[in-house]
Formats: sequence, C-alpha cells, structure tokens
Amino acid sequence: MKKIAYARAAAEAVQEEFRRDNKLVYLATDLQPDLRQEFGEERVRVTPISESAFVGTAIGLAGSGYRAIADLRMATFGFVAMDQMVNQAAKITYMFGGQARFPMLIRMSFGAGMHWAAQHSISPYSMYMNVPGLKIILPTTAYDVKGLLKSALRDNNPVISFENTLLGQVAGDVPEEDYTVPFGRADVKRVGTDVTVVALSRMLHEALAASVALEARGISAEVVDPRTLVPLDRESIRRSVKKTGRLVVVDEACRTCSAAAEVISLVVEDEETYARLKSAPQRVCGLDVPIPYSPPMEQYAIPDRGKILEAVLSLFPRVVK
Amino acid sequence: MDKLTKRDGKVTRNNAGLINMYRTMLTIRRFDERASQEVRNGAVPGLVHPYIGQEAIATGVCSNLIEGDRIVSNHRGHGHLIAKGADTRRMMAEVFGKKTGYCKGKGGSMHIADFGIGILGANGIVGAGLPIATGAALAARLDGKGKIAVVFFGDGACQEGEFQESMNLASIWKLPLLFACENNMYGVNTSYTYAIAGGDLVKRASAYDMPTASVDGNDVIAVREAARIAIEHVRAGGGPYFVEFKTFRWSGHFVPEAIPDTRPKEEIEAWKKKCPIVRFMRRLLEDGIVTRPELQKIEDQVMGIIDEAVVYARESPLPAPEDALDDVYSA
Repeated sequence: MKKIAYARAAAEAVQEEFRRDNKLVYLATDLQPDLRQEFGEERVRVTPISESAFVGTAIGLAGSGYRAIADLRMATFGFVAMDQMVNQAAKITYMFGGQARFPMLIRMSFGAGMHWAAQHSISPYSMYMNVPGLKIILPTTAYDVKGLLKSALRDNNPVISFENTLLGQVAGDVPEEDYTVPFGRADVKRVGTDVTVVALSRMLHEALAASVALEARGISAEVVDPRTLVPLDRESIRRSVKKTGRLVVVDEACRTCSAAAEVISLVVEDEETYARLKSAPQRVCGLDVPIPYSPPMEQYAIPDRGKILEAVLSLFPRVVK
Repeated sequence: MDKLTKRDGKVTRNNAGLINMYRTMLTIRRFDERASQEVRNGAVPGLVHPYIGQEAIATGVCSNLIEGDRIVSNHRGHGHLIAKGADTRRMMAEVFGKKTGYCKGKGGSMHIADFGIGILGANGIVGAGLPIATGAALAARLDGKGKIAVVFFGDGACQEGEFQESMNLASIWKLPLLFACENNMYGVNTSYTYAIAGGDLVKRASAYDMPTASVDGNDVIAVREAARIAIEHVRAGGGPYFVEFKTFRWSGHFVPEAIPDTRPKEEIEAWKKKCPIVRFMRRLLEDGIVTRPELQKIEDQVMGIIDEAVVYARESPLPAPEDALDDVYSA
C-alpha cells in the first residue's frame, strides 16, 4: 500500500492502462504533460475548445477499433457536447442492433464548494442516469478512482466518470499492484446498525464525519458508497436498509429527480425492504437553486456534515440533540 | 453532351466500372421508390428520407473507395449504404422493422449501419456525423495503412456548430477525411440561399485551410472525378478536402409527406429534367458503352434485387417485444 492523492491515483490508472492498451487515445483541451512524454503526441492529443467535436471523435475512434478518453475537464462543458453523449454515444450500440462496441471514457470534474458560481459548480450526473446506454461512475476515494477508472478503460461501453474537484487532493491508500474495482458493487465504508446513510461522492466524507458525531450520541450509522450510479447496486443498498430500518441519502446535486430520489425509490418499491422501514426515508440534497457564488449562500445551498447530522437525528426523536 | 463525352474520354475505357455505377444508381433509385411506396402502403412503421435525385453523389464518391475506408452517413442515407455495398435485403428488413434487419429492428431507416464493410452508420441528427467521421479519420491515421474516412452531409449541416468544429479539427490535425457536402438546395423547405451567409459553402470551407471543389452533383462522371482528385489528396496524407456536390432532392423532406413541400414546383420540375440517371444513361448509350437491350437487362436485374429485398423484409419475423431489452450495453 501507498498513500497518494485522488488525482494522482486517477493519473496512475490512465498511465497504466495506456501501457497495457496501445489502442488508447487521450483527447483533452489541456495538455497532459506526463502522458504526452511517455506516449507521444499521436496518442495524447490536445484539442481545440470543441467539446462536440472531440467527444464525437472519441465515438468515431471507438467505432473504428480504438478506445478514447475524452476529458471534458468540467462537467459544465459537457452540456456543449450533449448531443454526442446522449444521442450518439449512449444510443449508437443499441440503434445499430449491437453490431459494434463503443468503448470510451468521458471524464468530468464537478461539484460545488470552490466559489465558482452556478455554471462551474453543477453536479449533473442524474441527468445522465436518465439516458440508457451510458455507465456512470462516481469514485470517492483514491483507491476507488484508480480501480474504477481501470474498469472503465476495460469496459466496452461509453462510461462517464464524475470526479469531484474537492476530492483531488484527498489522499488514500492504494495498492502497489494492479487491481480493478468492479462496476455495480457498492462499498460499505462504515458498518453500523441504526441507520443507513447512502452518500454520493464528496458527501461520503461528510457522512463519515457526521457518523462520528452520531456515535457520540449512541447512534450507529452504516455509510454506504454506491461507487457507480449505472449500474447501481440495488441489492447492497436494500440489504443495509433491511438491517438498519432507516435511510438517509446524501447528494450534493439538486434534490429534484436526483440520484438520491432513485435510491429512495429502489428501497420503498421493494416490499421486503419497505416492510422493515422504521421511519420515512430522508434526503439531504442540494437545494433546487443554481449554485450561488458568495460563500454564505453557497454553503447554504449544499449539504454538509451538520445537515446530515440533523437529518439523521430527526429520525431518532428520543435522542438528545 | 459532346463536350462532356470528349472530356471523359479516358474514363470510358473502364466500361465495367461505368456499368456498375449505373447499376448502383438505379438500385438506389428503385430502392427508395419502393421504400416510399411501402411507407404509403402502410408496410413500414416509420418514415424514410428518399435519396432520389442525388444518386450520382454516393455512387461517384464511393466508386473511389477501397476496402478498409469508412463512411459516415446521415438521415438521407440509403444511397450511401447501397453505394458502399450494403445488403439491400437487410436494409429493407430494417426499414420494415424486422428482426432480420441490419439493426434487428432497433434503428429503422435513419440508423442503418454495417461496420463489417466500413459503414459507421446513418444518423438522425443533422451535423452529428461530422465529429464521428473525424474520429474514424483519426483511427485511419493511427492505423497508418492509407485508409480514409468520408462523411456525407447536406447544406443544412453546414450551419451546425459541429460542422465548424469538425472542419477545424480535421484541418489542424491534417486528418484523412473527405467532407462530401451534398448541397440539395434546401434544409427541409428552407433555401440555402437564405440560410447560408454569403451563399457560398466553398468559400466557407476554404477558411479552414483545406482544398475545395464544387461540382455538378447530378453528373456522376464529374462527381467521380472530383472525388478521385480529393481522395488521392486525402489518402496521400495531404489532410482533409471539402467537395460541394450541387444537387436536388425530388421528394419532400421525408415520406410520408407530413411536412408540406413548399419548394417552388417549377424548380422541382426543372431539376427532374436534370435526372442523374437519365443523363448517365444517355451518355452510356452515346459513347457506345451499353446498348438498349443491355440497359433493359440491368433494369430487370435491379428490379429483381428490389423485389427480393421486399419479399425478404415482408416475410421476415418481427422482433419479440422483449428484444427491446437487448443491446443497451455491449458485453
């Protein structure tokens, strides 16, 4: 094991897969200097600021025997390439009756908390969850980002990786040897008995912090990280809720039609899990506003450990706040 | 006509090639006539965008392609597919929504592909094929085997951002990509003279620092020759090339005619008089390349192929409802 930052772990995944797969091509508006130095300018390309063109180029490469990484940098720039992602990458295998594979990885950073205002702070993964044909990963730790990116680069479908900007410098343990993290397998990041907290991306770290405060009040929280949104590990989430009887979902994206809403649906529509619920599931989400610029408003609009603590405590009326 | 015959003296040596081009054009025409008729008969669940009137372009361009070259088509794609060698039976079956179609009934007329012969698919979003073709051209370049990509698109696509982005990207990377622009004068019912600032696509393409040409898209020999020059340049590593083929679509935007065709009647009639197939047929006769009985034989053969395609489509099974669940993801 070694302790490295999330961003470093992601870079290692890309570098190691480039060594393993000579059909891999990187397309980004920013030069990737280390990658360029090792693999050359043919495979590591700088694109003009033309998101539709380079996402489409990744699709054309994929349909011609290559595998491309289209690094959009920020999720907000993805909207410029929406047709290529939604109408092309996601549907192309299906529309053509499965006769061709489109292996590609689209990387986007996302999230609020840096005072970058509405356009640059959006967390739009739930929009893409509504588009069959895409796989969506949401790595939360250095270990997960490296393992999930490696799985993405060995998958035969378009995969979007949503990497929270504020996680970039968060260090974590990563094995020295090659490993992957499979899609569709949630990770219980903290075992508990009284309440299940399903937390997405950076909110996982907030939920873990809140769970320490909960422990001090005698509440044992189980913190579940889905790690991939498509496919979503429904069984693990239901299993945890069946055990604890309570559910709080934490997601910094806007509340309406969110991934959090989907998690609650999959719990309540399952008779067996529903029957075990001791209280109504709760959501702790971003407010339904564009992310504001000024820090007091921005902090107000997104979840944090305090809001998670409050939401969980509301399920335990006899516990002293 | 004399002038054209003289100018084309050298190509007429390849009689078999010319006759093949004629057969291809006629196959496209008959395929789309029949597909349109089957739409009107109610045998086709969706719609078709007929390529009738534009047959010389797909035929002339694709006659220059070799195995391993890739094309990207668009919503009006039947002509490109046939010219690149697609199986008309599986095409028709797809139009009919049958399990035996190219896409197992999941795509229909607008989304036919055959990756095995380098057809990266028709595409229902105007302009969206250009970036994908840019990727196919980059793949050809990385392969280093002298293969190229061709993207077919209309005058309408030239007003999309993806046109500008792809022309620019292909140019700065010097990709082996032919931009084959079929200017059929109208985007649905909107004239290109209204929609295109300055009205000159070649001038616009020149701004992306690539060679250009503009030719009569209803003259298959002119198309083939312009495409030959462009493709030689592209294949030799000279970077992308833009060719405008001026032509006209005979039908309304699609069949069934849900959108009234408001283009001037006289204009449509005038273009029908410039039918690319009749023109080519006259030249083949005048140059002594075919005889009338031979032409009749080709007509009969083509009709046989189309009849066979329709029978195949009609007799093929529909997909099972739950087949809808397959192919969302690749294994």
